Amino acid sequence: MSLEDLNKKQIVSPDGEHFEVDPMNDYFCQDRPEEVKPVNKIVERFYNWARSESLWILGFGTGCGAIEMRPLMTPRFDAYRFGVQWRPTPRQANLLIVSGYLSTKTLKRVIRVYEQMQNPKFVMGLGSCTINGGMYFDSYNTIKRLDYYLPVDVYVAGCMPRPEALLAGFEELKKLIKAGKAEGANEYANKFDWYKKNQKEVIRDWDMPDYNW
Amino acid sequence: MLENIISELEKQFQLEAVDHNSSDLVFLTIDRDHAVMAIDLLKWKFGYKHFVLLTAVDFLEEGKFQLTYILNNPDTKTDIGVRVRIDREDANMVSAHHLWPTVATYQRELKEMFGIDFPGSPRLNDPFILEGWEGTPPYRRDFDTKAFAASFYHQREGRTTNDPATYMKEKLYPNE
Repeated sequence: MSLEDLNKKQIVSPDGEHFEVDPMNDYFCQDRPEEVKPVNKIVERFYNWARSESLWILGFGTGCGAIEMRPLMTPRFDAYRFGVQWRPTPRQANLLIVSGYLSTKTLKRVIRVYEQMQNPKFVMGLGSCTINGGMYFDSYNTIKRLDYYLPVDVYVAGCMPRPEALLAGFEELKKLIKAGKAEGANEYANKFDWYKKNQKEVIRDWDMPDYNW
Repeated sequence: MLENIISELEKQFQLEAVDHNSSDLVFLTIDRDHAVMAIDLLKWKFGYKHFVLLTAVDFLEEGKFQLTYILNNPDTKTDIGVRVRIDREDANMVSAHHLWPTVATYQRELKEMFGIDFPGSPRLNDPFILEGWEGTPPYRRDFDTKAFAASFYHQREGRTTNDPATYMKEKLYPNE
């Protein structure tokens, strides 16, 4: 994909039908993300309780940390008993686990995926690599701190953290959500320009719309 | 068996060096212009029809890149490595993608990571791993990856580094 692909173009369907496609309006939403304000304190507390008890993770492994999610799914650690489950698409998930090192090429995909997820959404940084670069501190191709590019709610330190540490991370995230402190999506909407500036500084061939909804 | 192949090749090409690693692996050094012809011959005449890998080593001090093509003969279970030394400045090499389609992918990677040109290779300049990279290719040894990472990425403050030997000595044997 390149930026030219986002211009208006004529498309021929398999049946030979000609029609015009404007990708910026037909495939993407051009509106910026907006802060979602709680309707009512009591309702919001109920919502937050419900959200915290159904963390649906996007099954997307960016680095070696994704290997820790397999034992979590299976009977040994069985995260499903905590209301945590893995989903195949961003639209169905509300928790993005950035598992380990994140190269700039993957960062572009992660941003797209995060922006496609629906509110409310949470981000967990797994492993030292997302905190300060970890053992890839001098790599030419991996980002050193995730919170400059996406709003991170919980970090799980370690290289690699054991599945127990991840379960503790889920518990911590549940507490944050119940306390109404996991407002990453709203933070992303409010500081949208700052996040975009940071993202574009490291992704040198930016070939997608600013907001991929 | 390998000796016969080497003597056959010596009749047609000037082998700059022959390094026997073991009874079933030998490395031949051939000059830039004839290496792909020798690989062609090895593939079609001597049965080295499985292409294992193509890689490069940066000899910064000598101003050379060494390309290594490793070929495998599945019938005799022997390997031949063809080494080519090319100039580091204006690095380019004859493309071998017509022999195996996979070679084109290796050549794309070498173009991106080392800046070695393979004229005529398909999709050579498409981004492969580094999208939109500018400046010195990162696998060249004169590329300072630590300085680049420090200046290009947002760093978290407070990262410290210890020498493992002295640090473990202080931790484990503080009285000594």
